[in-house]
Amino acid sequence: MTDTLGTSAAVGRAVDATGVEGATPAAATPASVITGGGVRTLPMAKALNAGLAAAMAADEKVVLLGEDIGPLGGVFRVTENLQRDFGPRRVLDTPLAESGIVGAAIGLAMRGYRPVVEIQFDGFIFPAFDQITTQLAKLTARHEGSLSLPVVIRVPYGGHIGAVEHHQESPEAYFAHTAGLRLVSPATPHDAYWMIQEAIASDDPVMFFEPKSRYWPKGEVNLDASGAPLHASRVVRTGTDVTVVGHGAMVSMLLDAAALAEEEGTSIEVLDLRSLSPIDYGPILDSVRRTGRLVVAQEAPGSVSIGSEIAATVSEKAFFSLEAPVIRVSGFDTPFPPAKLEGAYLPDVDRILDGVDRALSY
Amino acid sequence: MSHPAETLQLLAPDGRLVEDERTERYRPVVESLDESLLQRFHRTMSVIRAFDIEAGNLQRQGQLALWIPSLGQEAAQVGSGYAARAQDHIFPAYREHAVGHIRGLDVVQIIAMLRGLSHGGWVPEEVGNFHLYTLVIGSQTLHATGYAMGVQFDGLVGTGDAERDTAVLVYFGDGATSQGDVNEAFVFAQSYQTPQVFFLQNNHWAISVPVSVQSRTPLYRRPEGFGIPSIQLDGNDVLASYAVTRERLDAARAGEGPQFIEALTYRMGAHTTSDDPTKYRTADEVEHWRQRDPIARFETYLRGRGASEQFFADVAAEAADFAADARRRTLELTPPPAESMFAHVYSEPHPVMQAQAEWLRSYEASFEGEGA
Repeated sequence: MTDTLGTSAAVGRAVDATGVEGATPAAATPASVITGGGVRTLPMAKALNAGLAAAMAADEKVVLLGEDIGPLGGVFRVTENLQRDFGPRRVLDTPLAESGIVGAAIGLAMRGYRPVVEIQFDGFIFPAFDQITTQLAKLTARHEGSLSLPVVIRVPYGGHIGAVEHHQESPEAYFAHTAGLRLVSPATPHDAYWMIQEAIASDDPVMFFEPKSRYWPKGEVNLDASGAPLHASRVVRTGTDVTVVGHGAMVSMLLDAAALAEEEGTSIEVLDLRSLSPIDYGPILDSVRRTGRLVVAQEAPGSVSIGSEIAATVSEKAFFSLEAPVIRVSGFDTPFPPAKLEGAYLPDVDRILDGVDRALSY
Repeated sequence: MSHPAETLQLLAPDGRLVEDERTERYRPVVESLDESLLQRFHRTMSVIRAFDIEAGNLQRQGQLALWIPSLGQEAAQVGSGYAARAQDHIFPAYREHAVGHIRGLDVVQIIAMLRGLSHGGWVPEEVGNFHLYTLVIGSQTLHATGYAMGVQFDGLVGTGDAERDTAVLVYFGDGATSQGDVNEAFVFAQSYQTPQVFFLQNNHWAISVPVSVQSRTPLYRRPEGFGIPSIQLDGNDVLASYAVTRERLDAARAGEGPQFIEALTYRMGAHTTSDDPTKYRTADEVEHWRQRDPIARFETYLRGRGASEQFFADVAAEAADFAADARRRTLELTPPPAESMFAHVYSEPHPVMQAQAEWLRSYEASFEGEGA
């Protein structure tokens, strides 16, 4: 829960800074785009900024489109200084129309560009839902493979930031249900750095879900890291009693839960999905075959969700290894509540540990 | 239903050239058209009409799931289609069979879609940059705008090199003008000053809903609110469609930003073969437009210029051959293998596609040797 407070404070800072930064002439702003190599300690927002800069430097066909991503650097400052460094032709402040942004990005990709779209907030993606699901996702099949659409759609998502309606949602399941899209979500600054570059390098449309409550906590980023496979899940912490899996902001919470559980003598293995479509089941199944128990945690509502899919698949493929039913720990099947209720809505360490206890009770 | 005074017309329904102050600027273009191009206009309109009727027959005979007739809209399509240069890109809606034919698309590929064998599948660059049909109304306007943004980023606008400067021509209908995407395309086109011509075929009916429900103002006046130069023309006048589209594409290529054309025409047939227009429009209205048939009008014009009886007989024979050839090749079309559905969902290898394709293969193999 300290994490929640910390990031809420960070949101306040970011919003407060808006006027100041907006008023500063871009040319006078000191360089803050991270360049060069080595290991740096960075928040995820900066790591993404560095990853975008690296991708843009490597390929002039990479262009960014979004609302307020130019001089302002995006409402989360992920694109800060990129327009200054790469010019207004590479970083486009678009009219305020999400379907227009994605539709135009599709056209640019048809022309050979690699557009990276920023959707300002999770809940604002739905005006673009049609272009994403009926056009972007299907055009490669409609062209019988002669057309690739290397479009990345960056979606800041998730709660724990105390924001107003439509600013804290986790809509990934809608898109995971749609063939033709790839979905990934980094949990750490380092993963954000290389995964955004791999997403841009992919010839397929990639929806890149950025856990916005993790934009500000810092972590080590190896700027020399070359890309790992974009769709590989990873074991973050080994354990023997229960497997817990999650993605995005949930991963650090799972680690906190595992640390607490260890004090009580329960050994939890933590997996970071990284990829939501396709889901990399190999490490999950390996883990479940050892522990016999699985808890899937997510901020999104539980019904018909990523967690549901994992529960179904693990039940099919590791049925005889399971000592307990797969437990889902998730947001409720309600609209995201007003911010003061988000603590009751979102899974936290205690709800995760409750799920672990339920799995262990069989 | 009749054309308002502001509608540009170069060829009157009686087949005579309209000569007034407004048409004067287009006269050099019209006069520059050599006889062979004029004859090609007529041949293409006639061939596509014959094909269109034959495709409708094929649907009625159970050979197609659906057909989308373009009958009555040939002049709007043929004039604008021939106005585009080879390097231009064309984003159709789903009724622009004539434009596709002009650009080099084998129209049997359109048939294949409607026979349930593909979702399009042609390669735009191999067929005169004629992009795939888009069935969700208006979505393609944004793709066209994004594409035109890319053309501009590529430095292919306003260089003065007629062989390189490139424009994008996008087709849509009166119903589409109510879509958010179309209006967003206007906004983006204007924001980025795209080299683009919006070509609205106002055929007066969005399935069963008349254009009067879509708009209380003439549709060509809407783009003015977006700051896009706009003109309304008689879409059953192939010369107007050609001359104005050529002029507006030239302007777009020269860097003058997006342009808008409203071509007033009429969907003589049903929206698709699933539709029944007798339920919502009168025979009188249809007859009114039959009197303004684009092909008959142009035939009168060509006869006035001395085209021979033999020419028209040759065109009729060619149209019949074209339709018969399309029928023959339609009947030869067979479904692709089932596993093709997995092949191109993604450009890069995808484990779910591979696993499900493999499952389907083994499932089907499990029936081998059974029954027979």
